[in-house]
Amino acid sequence: MTDTDRGRSRDRESGFMSVILIFLFIGVIFIPVGLVTLRASHSAIAHSLALVVEIVKRYDIGCVPKPFRINKVSYIQDDSIPKNCSLSFKVPKYMKAPIDIYYQLDNYYQNHRRYIKSRSDQQLLRGRKYHDTITCHPVEFSNDQHILPWGDREELKVNRKNIAWKSDWEHKFGKNVYPFNFQNGTVIGGGKLKPRIPLSDQEDLIVWMHTSALPSFQKLYGRIEMDLDVDNVVVVHLMNNYNTFSFGGKKKLVLSTTSWLGGKNDFLGLAYVFIGSSSVTVAVFITLLHLLSPR
Amino acid sequence: MVAASSRKRKGKIRWSKLYSFAACFRPLTSKERLAARELICQPGFSRVVFCNEPHLHKRKPYKYPYNYISTTKYNVLTFLPRALFEQFRRVANFYFLLAAIFSLFSLAPFSRASLIAPLVFVVGISMLKEAVEDWHRFLQDLDVNNRTVKTHISNGVFVDKLWKELRVGDVVKVNKGEYFPSDLLLLSSGNEDGVCYVETMNLDGETNLKIKRCLEASLCLNEDEEFSKFKATVHCEDPNSNLYTFVGNIEFEKESYPLSPSQLLLRDSKLRNTDYIYGVVIFSGHDTKAVRNSTRSPSKRSRIERKMDHIIYILFSMLVLVSSFGSLLYLRQDMVDWWYLQLPDDNKVNDLDDSNSEKYDDRFFNPSKPVQSAGLQFIRALILYGYLIPISLYVSIEVVKVLQTMLINKDIELYDDVTCKSVQARTSNLNEELGQVEMILSDKTGTLTCNQMEFRKCSIAGVSYGGDITEVDLAASMRMNADFEPFEFSIDETDGATRSFEPFEFSVSSFSAQNGNARLTKTEGPNWIHGSNLFDITMFFRVMALCHTGIPLEDDNHKMDKLSYEAESPEEVSFLIASQEFGFQFCRRTQSLMVLREFDPSSMKEVEREYKLLNLLEFSSSRKRMSVIVSNEDGQIFLLCKGADSIIFDRLADNGRAYEQATTMHLSSYAEDGLRTLAFAYRTIEAAEYESWNTIFTQAKATIGPEREELLEQASETIEKDLILLGVVAVEDKLQKGVPECIDKLAQAGLKIWLLTGDKRETAINIGFACSLLRQDMKQFHLSLSRDAESNNQVKDMKEDILQQIESSYKMVCEERNKEAPFGLVIDGKALEIALRGDVKDEFLQLAVNCASVICCRVSPKQKALITRLVKQYTGKTTLAIGDGANDVGMIQEADIGVGISGMEGMQAVMASDFSLPQFRFLERLLIVHGHWCYQRISKMVLYFVYKNVAFGLTLFYYELYTSFSGEVLYDDWYMTMFNVMLTSLPVIALGVLEQDVSSDICLQQFPALYQQGPRNVHFSWSRIIGWILNGVVSSLVIFLANIYILSPTAMRENGFVADIDSLGATTYTCIIWTVNCQIALITSHFTWIQHLSIWGSILLWYIFLLVYGALPPNFSGNAFQVLVEGIGPAPLYWMITVLVVVVSLLPYFIHIVIQRSYFPMDDHIIQEMEQCYKKYDVRDNEMWVREQRNSQRSTRIGFSARVDAKILSFNQQLQQKKLSIYRSVTNSPIYRSITTSPFS
Repeated sequence: MTDTDRGRSRDRESGFMSVILIFLFIGVIFIPVGLVTLRASHSAIAHSLALVVEIVKRYDIGCVPKPFRINKVSYIQDDSIPKNCSLSFKVPKYMKAPIDIYYQLDNYYQNHRRYIKSRSDQQLLRGRKYHDTITCHPVEFSNDQHILPWGDREELKVNRKNIAWKSDWEHKFGKNVYPFNFQNGTVIGGGKLKPRIPLSDQEDLIVWMHTSALPSFQKLYGRIEMDLDVDNVVVVHLMNNYNTFSFGGKKKLVLSTTSWLGGKNDFLGLAYVFIGSSSVTVAVFITLLHLLSPR
Repeated sequence: MVAASSRKRKGKIRWSKLYSFAACFRPLTSKERLAARELICQPGFSRVVFCNEPHLHKRKPYKYPYNYISTTKYNVLTFLPRALFEQFRRVANFYFLLAAIFSLFSLAPFSRASLIAPLVFVVGISMLKEAVEDWHRFLQDLDVNNRTVKTHISNGVFVDKLWKELRVGDVVKVNKGEYFPSDLLLLSSGNEDGVCYVETMNLDGETNLKIKRCLEASLCLNEDEEFSKFKATVHCEDPNSNLYTFVGNIEFEKESYPLSPSQLLLRDSKLRNTDYIYGVVIFSGHDTKAVRNSTRSPSKRSRIERKMDHIIYILFSMLVLVSSFGSLLYLRQDMVDWWYLQLPDDNKVNDLDDSNSEKYDDRFFNPSKPVQSAGLQFIRALILYGYLIPISLYVSIEVVKVLQTMLINKDIELYDDVTCKSVQARTSNLNEELGQVEMILSDKTGTLTCNQMEFRKCSIAGVSYGGDITEVDLAASMRMNADFEPFEFSIDETDGATRSFEPFEFSVSSFSAQNGNARLTKTEGPNWIHGSNLFDITMFFRVMALCHTGIPLEDDNHKMDKLSYEAESPEEVSFLIASQEFGFQFCRRTQSLMVLREFDPSSMKEVEREYKLLNLLEFSSSRKRMSVIVSNEDGQIFLLCKGADSIIFDRLADNGRAYEQATTMHLSSYAEDGLRTLAFAYRTIEAAEYESWNTIFTQAKATIGPEREELLEQASETIEKDLILLGVVAVEDKLQKGVPECIDKLAQAGLKIWLLTGDKRETAINIGFACSLLRQDMKQFHLSLSRDAESNNQVKDMKEDILQQIESSYKMVCEERNKEAPFGLVIDGKALEIALRGDVKDEFLQLAVNCASVICCRVSPKQKALITRLVKQYTGKTTLAIGDGANDVGMIQEADIGVGISGMEGMQAVMASDFSLPQFRFLERLLIVHGHWCYQRISKMVLYFVYKNVAFGLTLFYYELYTSFSGEVLYDDWYMTMFNVMLTSLPVIALGVLEQDVSSDICLQQFPALYQQGPRNVHFSWSRIIGWILNGVVSSLVIFLANIYILSPTAMRENGFVADIDSLGATTYTCIIWTVNCQIALITSHFTWIQHLSIWGSILLWYIFLLVYGALPPNFSGNAFQVLVEGIGPAPLYWMITVLVVVVSLLPYFIHIVIQRSYFPMDDHIIQEMEQCYKKYDVRDNEMWVREQRNSQRSTRIGFSARVDAKILSFNQQLQQKKLSIYRSVTNSPIYRSITTSPFS
């Protein structure tokens, strides 16, 4: 072996080393990040350490009285029947305030183009008079079920403020727009818009108007500004107004705490850990390959 | 004044005498005359020209076009429609045009501006380019059209007139060295006998001057004043493209004379050796034969671009697939139940009140007309997923190519300081095609050679002079440097062929034959007089000085003792100059006398001797020799003959072969060096013999009719025999600077080089040797028509003849393929004409492709083009044609890439070419460096483009799955527009312009074989294309799925904010920008600050854009309002997703290159690695480097290096033999025997 041949093989070696180092580096960074992430977003693996507690309850069918379950659509469209319903949540684990209340809809295409086309940003900002083009349909169906959360023994304070962006109620929803003439159409979904309150103050509407990305989504309703202990029972009284039966949607109510990463979602942490450990494996594999059969 | 005019008159006499029996002067035979007369006024022969009365041609029916020519593609009116049509013939452009039209009808998912603006931009840039190119063509036309020529107006007054204003019937006067403005009928010339000399190099590439001669009737029209009353009428054929025919007659002074091609002076040819001519315009402008012969240059597209079309088709079918998939699924019947969409329902139609009726005219979502809705949705989807088809690809490629072109044009290494010209890429379409060339078809004269002859060596009386070591020997011995000294010794001893004593001590390199200022450092009192065979040497120089057709130029600027000469071919000039240097100065010629000032060895003084020129036996390509019969002052008659060696050797007398053996040896060594050889011989003729022969000869000369030539030849035959060999001379057809080296490098790069020349076979072969296209140990096949077949003139016989030759040659090729010796094929024009016919051409091309080098000689411009086309079709390989003259135009246009040499005069080749070079040698750098780089750049760029658009476009499609295919777009319109325009365009342009896999030095000097990547198309193979599409699919999946699963359905921020469609869009888009920009960083191997700036700047730009766009009032920014500041920016999740997605989506590619580089490295990878080593350890001159280099060269068969290799082999063999013989002689010696057989052993 000449000097330079040795130099070259040293160089080869360093090429290999750099590749291995890159993989190891990815592994070393990703695995810890993944674990931290998992802790922040609640996981079965590290249950005791998890920061996020989430309770989900589907209520749309449960709230229909048994006799009406044969024809749920006619039940929910019948205005004469009161739709009151109450749900009780048992808190499995200590939940630190603020506890977010979300409603979740499944199989509901709020991101459908026809739906999105029907909204008019101008109308929301300036009122009905801007309803002058074909595509600017008014918002004829606000969504909400009137959720009236009540605690078991004492009344829980639910904060309905600050659930939307500041920029929204400052710039996108008019302060002087009162939606008294918005819901003139035949189709009204669930609740009614409050005609006396300006749109910029109807934050639940603003949240709703943030079009959901996917057909299955949660939206923030309010916050419980109070810690909940294990085995506390939260009873929620709500109006089961909104018709999801026609299109096979589901309605759920979610109580959840959040961490710095938001709600409960393992995917990011798992992905980080998986990629990190794969990189380490690949690094080991390449090293072995290199040792066994050097080029 | 009187003296001058008399000398001029004498000059005229000489000229006419010299060519007294040249074939083209023979008058038409009576039969031909009759035929011509019959043809006139028939259809096709209806043209009437009123000479000197151009005003008659202003009205019909004799209205002919002005002499204005135009080669532009468009004019002001046709530009817009035609250029637009050209643009929308591109599939992708047409698609975008449709998309733009649909956007007008609110069918499109995007805003109108975002669809129309890029289209206008793309088409606009391409059209601008067309316009600029056409403008240049226009300027060039303008230049030609505005040349001036002296034209007769009236009363014998000639004034300057622009070429474009010439009309048929005009009488013009053309001076020496000027081009003819149109096709002229020669009326008279400055020579008294009406002869003029024409250089037709631009038309047919032949270097010999052509002789044209006017009719005797018009001879008297040789003064300006004569034309005041001149009138004549010409009836002739209609304009056509046939260069060699012309039929017509002229009525002049009530007589009718037939006209022949020898009276026609063609446009694009040049007047030479004649002071002036008068002519009348017969064909003007676009009617001229030269213009009729030129074809409009076709627009060429590179291989990659053609393949790109296929990629577009693939992407388009992907597009149609996903679109139809979507539109079939999107309108499900149960959607009527999705009450929140307010779909019109048939059952409820009656319930509608008026205020709501407007909602139901939404044609996209009309369940009662599902087919219509689906159709509309399909169109919408086609446009929506249009990002799969990279519209900006075309723009970016155009921009990149223009920038590449600038880099090529500005390359200082491609600048020729002699001509002050640089390489010009005249079209930018073909840059990358330069990297894929496999065949080079080259012209000879003016391309490889400079059309200068240089006297190099001679062998007189069996002794070789000027025999220095050739370059090949030198290089071979350099490679074997350790063994050089003993070798030289042994070889010199064994063959003696290069015995190098130089009696004249002349320095070979220091004189050029053209301009006559030769500096041959002859010692005073030449040494050769001490030689033993003095008479032979003297005779040798006499042949040199007397046997020619040249005349000395009376140039006052020169000192009288050194003359310069003018002759029919540059070869003769070089002989005259050389003989002058050797002391035999040819100083005067009169009608029948030739005066030499020769060195007399006996008196050691220069004496002037007169030789009487008795006869001159013309050179012709069939005779291959020329002779003069002269008598000296003593009345002795000599026949001095020079000619091709084989011809001369056949005619030697028995006692004239004294030097034959030695001379033959020298001949072969000269030929090996690519020198052109001619043998000199003489004989003395008895007066009686001469007299009897002369009567026969004079008789033959006087004969009129087709048998004349035959008789003359026979007569010559009888006298040119029993010759005494004097020796041979070797002249060098001077190659342009750097040609052999360039050919060598090109050969190492794996290119095949074919030589196509209009010149003689011998010359072509010599150049073949000089350029190392041929070499001695090469098996050569010569295809030519046998004499029988040729004389029979039966196509069938000829075909059989050629076919047989081809088959036998091919058999040989097949048999000997495995051996070392390569094959060379030499074919001449006539044989080629047969060989290129339909049924023979496949066999011929099969043979030709299997030969290492192919030389075609005596081929016409048409044939050149035909060969090029057939080679292109048969082999399917990229061909490059290079030439300098108008005769190469066909070939240049036909080839995939046409290259014109701009160094010489004549612009036709350059005008037709795609690239113009000042010198042939620049081809090396143009192909091996720029071609290779451009190929790499463009293929990387296209692949990356496909990747990034697939990666981006597919995310749109995936999202549709989650919106029940309603056609909602995940991203804001402006994000999408920005994607190709700003956020990903600059890095890819930087890649396309600046990427280098290895440095130029390494491409060129060390590993020309790297070039092979282009012809093999490793960087743009289908597997690569599919690979990149798959990579794009993987990236898009990773990006989309990761975002979907991480952001949904729970909150993404601590304050409970759940990602809405805008946040999801912005986050996904961020991931895409990061991924595609990091991907390009991974594929870039040559980083400059520009790349860094463009890549990282693009990423930064996205955040800035998002910030600025989000800060605009919601009227403009819509849902992107404050999305970064209030939505995703504060969420740690957003940044973590970005990191994760970028790493994961790049991992597959990264692992792929790690594996490839470690276990299946490609050439450029290895070289890159070695280059890095070099930087660290300086290994360039170590063994391994050289070994790799050697490995990369091994398959070369032509070129200088190959010749050196062959030489080394033969040196080695010689050495071996030498050793053996020494060993034998030693072992055979009695002493050795006595030692070995001694009892002691």
